[in-house]
Amino acid sequence: MLSLLQIAFLVAAFLTIVSAIMVVTTPSMVHAALWLILTLAGVAVLFLLLNAGFLAVVQIAVYIDAIAIMIIIVVMLTKGATRQRIRQVNKTWWGGAIAALILFAGLIALFTQTPALAVNAPALAMSQEALLEDLGMALVDVNRYIIPFEVASVLLLAALIGSIMVARPLVRGKDEEVEA
Amino acid sequence: MIPLSWYVLFSAALFCIGLYGALARRNALAILMAIELMLNAVNINLVAFWRYITPDLIAGQAFALIVFAVAASEAAVGMALIISIYRHRNTVAVEEIDMLKW
Repeated sequence: MLSLLQIAFLVAAFLTIVSAIMVVTTPSMVHAALWLILTLAGVAVLFLLLNAGFLAVVQIAVYIDAIAIMIIIVVMLTKGATRQRIRQVNKTWWGGAIAALILFAGLIALFTQTPALAVNAPALAMSQEALLEDLGMALVDVNRYIIPFEVASVLLLAALIGSIMVARPLVRGKDEEVEA
Repeated sequence: MIPLSWYVLFSAALFCIGLYGALARRNALAILMAIELMLNAVNINLVAFWRYITPDLIAGQAFALIVFAVAASEAAVGMALIISIYRHRNTVAVEEIDMLKW
């Protein structure tokens, strides 16, 4: 008999898988981006089911709010290159499909030989608030994960400067000379 | 309760769908979206193993947050490259971007 949590998991997982398949198969880029939003929302639901409420909020704030919207904006900026009638898969798409299927079959074969995967979730020692506090403390504690945390902040800064430099129009100086 | 194998199976499926998308699509933006799918699958795995195997160590969640930061920077730089290439070559199909090929 399925419990309520199991039904919630199955519904969210089914929706996520279906919309992920739509992301990689639909010809229109705008539609793919919208399906991607549904996929990311499904993953956020799974984070909630795993008692990781903060990560679910970050998933919505970072992925759906920032990355998905950015993808839609870039789709609009590259108008004409993303039209529906252009072929959307390359000549060796069947090779990619076979590789994905082989990897999936191999993973399933591996899972059936791993008895540790049958475990159920142990009870959490801390409340949700204590967990969130522990996560925040772990990220700034000198003896725990402060170095990855600081490296991530430097990485974000480098990505910020780098994407501005790369996306900047190159010939701006020349254009001004021509106008003068 | 939901067994751990369900989560692992789900993230394996999501990862394989993303792998197919990254290998088969022509549009650079579609490849970026497929990579986001794969990163999400990895995140689900990290959090599921934290919840089921080591609930006392917060490392799984902390590492998932680092993956979020890496995914955000990767998406930003990738889309800046796509815009820059579109300006120069008027295309985002990866097989037509062959300036480094000779």
